[in-house]
Amino acid sequence: MKVSYAHMGTSVMAVNALARTLDYEIVPPTPPTESTLTLGVRHSPEFACIPFKIVLGTYIESLERGARLLVSGGGRGPCRAGYYGEMHRRILLDLGYEHEMLFFWPPLRSPLDFYRKLRTFKGAASWPRVYRALRLTWEKLMALDDLEIRSHRVRPLERCPGDTTRAFRRALGLVDAAETVEETKKARSGGLELLDSVPVYTGDPDDLVKIGVIGEIYVQLEPFANFRLEERLGELGAWVQRSIFLTNFARTDILQRGDQGVAKTAAPYLPENVGGHGQSSVGEIIQYAERGFDGVIQLAPFACIPEIVAKSIVPRLSREYNIPVMTLFIDEQTGEGGIQTRLEAFVDLLRARRRGRKDVDDAALSGS
Amino acid sequence: MRDAVIGIPRYLSYYSFAPLYETFFRELGFQVRLSPPSNTDILDAGVRETVNDACIPIKIFHGHVAAIKDRVDFLFVPRLAGAKMHYTVCPKFLGLPDMVRGSISDLPDIIAPRLPMGRDGLQGLRSLYRTGVRLTGRRVQAMRALHNARRALGRRINQIQQGGLEALGFDQPRDADLTVALIGYPYMLYDTLASGGILGQLRALGVRVVTPEMVSTREMRRHARAYPENLFWYYSNRSLWAGMHYMTSGLADGIIHVTAFGCGPDAMVNKLLELESARYGAPFMAITVDEHTGDVGLRTRVEAFVDMLRWQAARKEGLT
Repeated sequence: MKVSYAHMGTSVMAVNALARTLDYEIVPPTPPTESTLTLGVRHSPEFACIPFKIVLGTYIESLERGARLLVSGGGRGPCRAGYYGEMHRRILLDLGYEHEMLFFWPPLRSPLDFYRKLRTFKGAASWPRVYRALRLTWEKLMALDDLEIRSHRVRPLERCPGDTTRAFRRALGLVDAAETVEETKKARSGGLELLDSVPVYTGDPDDLVKIGVIGEIYVQLEPFANFRLEERLGELGAWVQRSIFLTNFARTDILQRGDQGVAKTAAPYLPENVGGHGQSSVGEIIQYAERGFDGVIQLAPFACIPEIVAKSIVPRLSREYNIPVMTLFIDEQTGEGGIQTRLEAFVDLLRARRRGRKDVDDAALSGS
Repeated sequence: MRDAVIGIPRYLSYYSFAPLYETFFRELGFQVRLSPPSNTDILDAGVRETVNDACIPIKIFHGHVAAIKDRVDFLFVPRLAGAKMHYTVCPKFLGLPDMVRGSISDLPDIIAPRLPMGRDGLQGLRSLYRTGVRLTGRRVQAMRALHNARRALGRRINQIQQGGLEALGFDQPRDADLTVALIGYPYMLYDTLASGGILGQLRALGVRVVTPEMVSTREMRRHARAYPENLFWYYSNRSLWAGMHYMTSGLADGIIHVTAFGCGPDAMVNKLLELESARYGAPFMAITVDEHTGDVGLRTRVEAFVDMLRWQAARKEGLT
């Protein structure tokens, strides 16, 4: 049976490897485009969030290309995403697509259900083989995350705009081509070298404007959904740090009940897990502020309930921790030009603040 | 503490649990002050104060808070939460006290007990009891207040299930030829501002109305079991199950889903109801209310729907 799944940033390479190792014939999801979004929007409820719409569009495209089994997953929390599998299935059936949907819940919250679905998914493959496949997937995810983190550091210093992005794409190609754990490790170091060989300005990295990115996972990870936010910020000369990477997400949110440290930090402002990444967003603003970041960008899909709850607390946090926070709610109407303008203005603002603060510090040091 | 004034915003969960809240605080010796019924001033204040991406009900709630915050000693903003692993409520109910604190300044003391919701409604009110003890220091009195409050709520629920809309203070036309099931959350259906006055319009058209509050717990459970994968949110589940009940039982000629602009869970509920109504051949209309919804536009749509139902009924009669 031909299998397909949602497209979420670079992670799709790791998932492709997983399915291929388990002897599935795969229909690799193509990166979403405008027409994917249009398809999704046409068949989705109006107030479903943008990840729902993009993923539905991706599913339709994959089904058109012959996929018959769709694999996805979600939590059972207050966020709507946990019900998306069932909604997608019904909408696709209503559209006349014959398919099966395998929707995974977090393993520790419903272990039996998880085991049953895993057994269905593994098919004839032996358990040791499943282990090897998972091992390779994990290795790839780690390599992808490392490359991405490095690209965030190199990009703001690059001499020639676009160099880092080109090197990053080549590095991704290396990881994608790797077929074993050893090869993946080699691809990772090769990719890091590629990124390190990008010609850069020398200077103190501490002088860069530092921006933390927080918010909902899909719009953080899928460059199509966030208009390649990190690339844009990097090219504006800002060092970006993102709150969610799949490897740490897998550790804290899939295998545990979220990052308890962040939850504790957020508690005075939001003591309740409101689903999705709402509580994390609140905690992470505080953490970024305490680590001396210049500003924070909250990324969320339009109508994302957990992030709306977080956003209503943002003004208070911004005031009390003295850190600028800009919220970008993204929907199908969001335009590239609007995003670019807002990002430029935000980076300018942070630079001006930084200069202002430095002047104050200098004045204090010289005793005047 | 005695004679202190406790303010209860007349919105959201108040529409489900009014007798519980009011009885509890009265029996503890507080003076209970409700915010005025929703009006355009409240809506305007809410739109001004609330984070702009929030749904209309959350904005209206903020408006109610703004309307009474300066005239009370305490403000009651309960935090509704899921009782068990597989039940929860919309994140905005979970974070309601925090949203209010983040958005409105100069607030009185906020009392925000965590009320757990299960499949059938409130489950366990220990936090309410503890709130009572904390406020008065009297355990026995708090226990008694809670007991009476719970009974008052039970009586009310029974009244509504047996007496229908009349028990909620809405008249029904005497000899109605049509019954429409109005599906939606209590704070959407029974709040004249939020619903755009749809109940009154249906009455003027001579239509009898039934709502989710008239579906017995047993019926709700039956549909909960029949549905393969339950939704997670308490209120949304009730809407869906009640909708299924009226579609399958023949107790209603048509279904109108009243939903708020920007309501996240309803995006799911509405699509599910739409798919189910197609399957059962039940006439179905969705009405989305926002701060700009006009009386006339709404009336036109309701009239058209009712006309269609009457025309269909006449045609059926002609055929037999």
